[in-house]
Amino acid sequence: MIYLDNAATTLRKPRQVIDAVAEAMGALGNSARGTHGGSLAASRVVYGAREKAAALFGCPRADHVVFTCNSTEALNIAIHGGIPAGSHVISTDLEHNSVLRPLYRLEREGRASLSFVPADRRGRIDYADFERLLRPETRAVVCTHASNLTGNLVDIARVGAFARAHGLLFIVDASQTAGVFPIAMEEMGIDVLCFTGHKGLMGPQGTGGLCIREGVELRPWKVGGSGVQTYLETQPEEYPTRLEAGTLNGHGIAGLSAALDFIRETGPDAIRRKETGLMRRFYAGVSATEGVTVYGDFSGDRAAVVALNIRDYDSGQVSDALSEDYGIATRPGAHCAPRMHRALGTVEQGAVRFSFGWFNTEDEVDAAAAAVRELAL
Amino acid sequence: MRERTLKLVVTFPSTTAAMAMEKHCKAGGAPGRLIPVPREITAGCGMAWMARREDRPALERVVGDHAVPVQGWYELLL
Repeated sequence: MIYLDNAATTLRKPRQVIDAVAEAMGALGNSARGTHGGSLAASRVVYGAREKAAALFGCPRADHVVFTCNSTEALNIAIHGGIPAGSHVISTDLEHNSVLRPLYRLEREGRASLSFVPADRRGRIDYADFERLLRPETRAVVCTHASNLTGNLVDIARVGAFARAHGLLFIVDASQTAGVFPIAMEEMGIDVLCFTGHKGLMGPQGTGGLCIREGVELRPWKVGGSGVQTYLETQPEEYPTRLEAGTLNGHGIAGLSAALDFIRETGPDAIRRKETGLMRRFYAGVSATEGVTVYGDFSGDRAAVVALNIRDYDSGQVSDALSEDYGIATRPGAHCAPRMHRALGTVEQGAVRFSFGWFNTEDEVDAAAAAVRELAL
Repeated sequence: MRERTLKLVVTFPSTTAAMAMEKHCKAGGAPGRLIPVPREITAGCGMAWMARREDRPALERVVGDHAVPVQGWYELLL
């Protein structure tokens, strides 16, 4: 199988990640639950992973790295726990349902009003719209770092400067960029950075988290066992315990920790150069083909994603043909990005998304481009 | 693209139901395979079971015998 669905999850993982999970399953107790060898081994692994994530994302405090099971959970914690009732929130058309549905729920419950920076037919936003949408009651900006459909990047440093200038909480969804594109929370003005472990970071599914700037208060939506302050009737206030009720996914976090080592050793710059090089090679191989429509803006830096359609064919049938006849794995349909598809005019047809990862090769990319050209004949 | 022929498509209310359909069809030797839900049915993603039109009685037996929740039966050019 030629796997080109890395924006959904990176199927191929570094060997050291797989080994770390297997070793952890034979060695780790429950983190922060006592001081016997097994528990301490888990606590050390989890703490190490916090330090590595903090270093990668420029989070000043390792104890402000909170682990969750994915970025959706992290975004729910940040959105529901950080946006005060009665707020106006600015987001964008580029967002995934992991941002949209929590925001829509706040709106439906009468707890927030929403405005969205619109995207044009190439999936681009006008940054001046953030200022235009600002209201006296605006309290937060929630924004992806890159569209999971087009691969277009958002200049989060620019959005962060806007948020900081107006005293707004700035929540960033880094699902498509963590481990590949530079993220520096302090310099970019990010208050809460939400990430997943199983995409660009190449860690296990079931891992993710949020990095919280010092001074940002998030109310937990789940409370429970913490391993400390047992006689307190409320959840301990200290991060990360405040947001980590219940047993952590220690085995998965051990894999994530190994993945963070792999990212550091390999270098995000090298990873980005390779992945975006493959993306551009594929784009060059298909974009001029008659009957092929490619979506997104390819004029500057972008994530390693190419979304396209062939003539008026159902994207599901194209993706099925790629899988059945060519052994190429892609993602058709709507990609949990309803506003982005509306902006592109692809609600009915969907789109076929090719997304490239560290373990892909130029030969695989060339085979995929040839398959697209053949299907377009 | 492949030449399109009229196919039987079964849709489900959940991914879990689609996986149950695949399990019971494979176990009982009933024909077909999972595909993305065609846009003629919905643009909202998900999985459907595709088979030949003449396979409908066999698939209805699987659905009935194992109480697989089904949303709809369609005949589409695919």
